[in-house]
Amino acid sequence: MSQWLPFEWIAAVRFLREGRLQTVFIILGITIGVGVIVFMSALLTGLQANFLNRVLTSSAQIQLLPPDQVARPLRDADIEDAIVQRPAQRVVSIDQWPKIAARMATLPDIAMVSPTMSGSALAVRGDASRAISISGIEPDSYFRIVRIPDYLVAGNARLASDEIIIGTELAKDLGASLGDKLNIETANGTTIVLRITGLFDLGNKGANERNAYIALRTAQSLLGRIGAVTTIELTVHDIYAAETLAQQIAASNPVRADSWIKTNAQFFTAVNAQQTSNTLIRVFVALSVAFGIAAVLVVSVIQRSKDIGILRAMGTTRGQILRIFLIQGGLLGLAGTVIGAAVGVGGLYWWHAAVRQVDGTELFPLILQRELFIVTLILAPLTGLLSAMAPALRAARLDPVAAIRG
Amino acid sequence: MVEPVLRLEGVTRSYNIGQPSAIEVLHAIDLHLDPGEFLALMGPSGSGKSTLLNLVGLLDRPTSGEIWINGTATTHLDDAELTRLRGHTIGFVFQEHHLISAFSAIENVMMPMVVDRSFETAEIRARASELLARVGLTKVANHAAMAMSGGEQQRVAIARALAMAPDLVLADEPTGNLDSKSADSVFALMREVNRDSGTSFLIVTHNLELAQRCDRIIDMIDGRLVK
Repeated sequence: MSQWLPFEWIAAVRFLREGRLQTVFIILGITIGVGVIVFMSALLTGLQANFLNRVLTSSAQIQLLPPDQVARPLRDADIEDAIVQRPAQRVVSIDQWPKIAARMATLPDIAMVSPTMSGSALAVRGDASRAISISGIEPDSYFRIVRIPDYLVAGNARLASDEIIIGTELAKDLGASLGDKLNIETANGTTIVLRITGLFDLGNKGANERNAYIALRTAQSLLGRIGAVTTIELTVHDIYAAETLAQQIAASNPVRADSWIKTNAQFFTAVNAQQTSNTLIRVFVALSVAFGIAAVLVVSVIQRSKDIGILRAMGTTRGQILRIFLIQGGLLGLAGTVIGAAVGVGGLYWWHAAVRQVDGTELFPLILQRELFIVTLILAPLTGLLSAMAPALRAARLDPVAAIRG
Repeated sequence: MVEPVLRLEGVTRSYNIGQPSAIEVLHAIDLHLDPGEFLALMGPSGSGKSTLLNLVGLLDRPTSGEIWINGTATTHLDDAELTRLRGHTIGFVFQEHHLISAFSAIENVMMPMVVDRSFETAEIRARASELLARVGLTKVANHAAMAMSGGEQQRVAIARALAMAPDLVLADEPTGNLDSKSADSVFALMREVNRDSGTSFLIVTHNLELAQRCDRIIDMIDGRLVK
């Protein structure tokens, strides 16, 4: 017997060791439970982070747009049964945009501001033509908001006045490659010839077919709106405060402000659903682990009733008996947690290495949050302790005479 | 006058009190055991011997009457006080030895001292070794308790009962499951301890031959002591 351990610890460890098979099976059960929790939580965190990363690096977190154009019926006009029709939304500039952009740049919550001019056009090469969405940008600021350089598969992110960056799908459709020239035509009849300097792959076929980036001034002249911008793109320091901030900006400026949270509402619905199901799975796994521990210890109390009786006869207090079984529950929980966490992490590494996206990149970033392990390491042994409470109380309350008699 | 190790006055024990099935198992038991006395308690099965032993061992409480252990009245003591008194004053030897299988022979002997927490570890091991030597089991001290023969296990149980140097050892048919040779040897050992240490013994036995080697024999019939 160890000279350092109190009697309760010695007895708890010995009892677990003697019931080896029972102990191994319940630790295996806890290991699987904890492993599933760790694996699922880390996987979900990684997938969310990956999706967030893709969303946040391929679009602005807040977009400032001109207010919707609305029809204004004449007042006091004597027209019966008039129908007020919503007007077509022309491409219009944000009124006073340099002033608004400058104001945005001074806000402490805003990290980056970039004006853009967007419109639709036709990309023509030989007999092939495709409708595209043109974004006229200032590369220095815009590429810090939308990380096009990160998604380049060929060329570079340079944008002189006669250059264009297009998606891989558009290049494929037009049979164009790096250095080729494209005719860009707009509805107002303006045509311009631009050279392809970069090809990007945003991981979204639609975006790769439609999006094209050119210099801001080139876009302004192409779309016939010299000096105008249609959007002011913003990034913020706290991405989850984007919607609140957007509402504040819209309230104090003559613009519409759309946050990434609003434009990706479906994503948040999906995340919430995932988190709810993950929480439910965690709760039920924890419950099954708790009941497993309790069941094993109830059996142990029955099996050891004579031992408990004889221990009581030799002067062991009810408190000591209680602690022997509580410690067993805690130790089972701790052992299962440590092994389960290791199994969960191991499984995660394996899954991360084995499952890749179509393009060979990782499906999700490997994110092992310290908090997850700390919480698991605290909660699982605590679950063990709590589940051991009922059998431990039963053991402590055993009548020594009845226990010895068996 | 020397204080008896054990004294019972008017002790009764009833079950199912207040119900139609109420039954009184022990009727107004008066008993005393002097220091160093070796007393045999005999009687047919169901006469109340084990019930009496449980009361004397402070594992159960009497319905009425008083039990004194070394002059301490016990009926008003709470569970913790009874446990402490039992641990320090009384040793138990059961018919089925009841060694704890998860521990070795020497660890079983060490256990009452480890539970008590008032001994140094080295002292505990030394005393356990000394007790095992006394019962002739030095060579098997580290053997698993359950790997030993019945006679050896009962000797370990006696060593364990003596671990806290109790004033009183209660033995419930300690030789009941042993062959005659082992039974004789175990009884001789208890008698030797009694003579050498002055420890009082109260032994429940059905073996008249062994009982006749005790200082005194009392019979119990239908819950009453017959001297």
